[in-house]
Amino acid sequence: MPTEKMRRSPLSTSQTTTTDHHPALAHQFDSMEQQQEASTFGMWVFLLTEIMMFGGLFTAYLIYRLKYYPAFVAGSTSISVSWGFANTLVLIVSSFTMAMTVWAAQNGKRKAQVWLLIATMILGAAFLGVKAKEYYDKWDECHIPGHVIGKGFNAWGGCSATNKSLGNIAEEIRDPKEHGNVNVTEVSAEQTAKQTEIFFSFYFLMTGLHAFHMVIGLGLLTWLLLRAKSGEFGPAYYTPIELGGLYWHFVDIVWIFLFPLLYLISRHQHGV
Amino acid sequence: MSDQSHSHPTPGLYLLILGALVVGTCLTWGIAFIDLGRWNPVVALTIAVVKAVLVILFFMHVHYSSKLTKLTISAGFFWLMIMITMSLSDYLTRTFLPQ
Repeated sequence: MPTEKMRRSPLSTSQTTTTDHHPALAHQFDSMEQQQEASTFGMWVFLLTEIMMFGGLFTAYLIYRLKYYPAFVAGSTSISVSWGFANTLVLIVSSFTMAMTVWAAQNGKRKAQVWLLIATMILGAAFLGVKAKEYYDKWDECHIPGHVIGKGFNAWGGCSATNKSLGNIAEEIRDPKEHGNVNVTEVSAEQTAKQTEIFFSFYFLMTGLHAFHMVIGLGLLTWLLLRAKSGEFGPAYYTPIELGGLYWHFVDIVWIFLFPLLYLISRHQHGV
Repeated sequence: MSDQSHSHPTPGLYLLILGALVVGTCLTWGIAFIDLGRWNPVVALTIAVVKAVLVILFFMHVHYSSKLTKLTISAGFFWLMIMITMSLSDYLTRTFLPQ
């Protein structure tokens, strides 16, 4: 065969060099199964580095929560547990539709694949919308951490709370209805209010990094949607869908831990 | 299991996992309003770990993956646990001794 002659040297007699193969099979792999196994393994190694990054933040968060517990309670109870709860459900359902996308690809259901991807993206966008609403509320209540940034927002007329940054949290801590049996002095209330800035720094950093991952996830899903529409994926080749799914589920897992740790500190004393 | 490497979960199983995750989320939300003292965070984190394991094993297909992948993931989480437990075992015990 002329193609055989054009090769400078036959590298091997494996199926990639001698027979027709799936167009998605890269030349360094013997089979589609081997290629998918290697890709999945590589994706997991990447996800483990992500887990260590978020893990470091979680560890730091736990240490500071231990050190400034009353301030973290004040900060945590000021964020809306109802929105957090709703968002957790939204993300879990989006993980389900993503898992179903992989199933649809494995079973050659092209239309279902596309619609399930769209459903996952709508749920992901809904999550980000709720997150934006929560962030706006925090801005409105002057809970943006950092004295300088807080002041900047106030000068801008951004936040509508009458007190200066974190002022209303100090009010709440001083309020005898909130902490009936605890003797809170003026100084300690002010100090605790300042320490809530540490809580809000963690809150914005961790949920912000998570939201950033969601945005990247939505980008990946758009790319997968275009490829799925052209009918690229089927029972023989669905590795990109599988890996996109792994990423999406990882982001879901991060939120599964963020929700109880950030939203549910000492709720039984303070209510919704 | 290596003999499961070519089998895939079914929509029925995915629905079952979804149900378990929703129940877990409602539980963790409801229990947060009940005063369990120092057990509140323990219960919340236990539910979170169970939910995460369900997602990892079934949505992420680790239950059906090769031993190499399983071993690598376990090693990763083991290292994460080293970071968390070693750091917290320091900070948690600092107040045990009078200063």
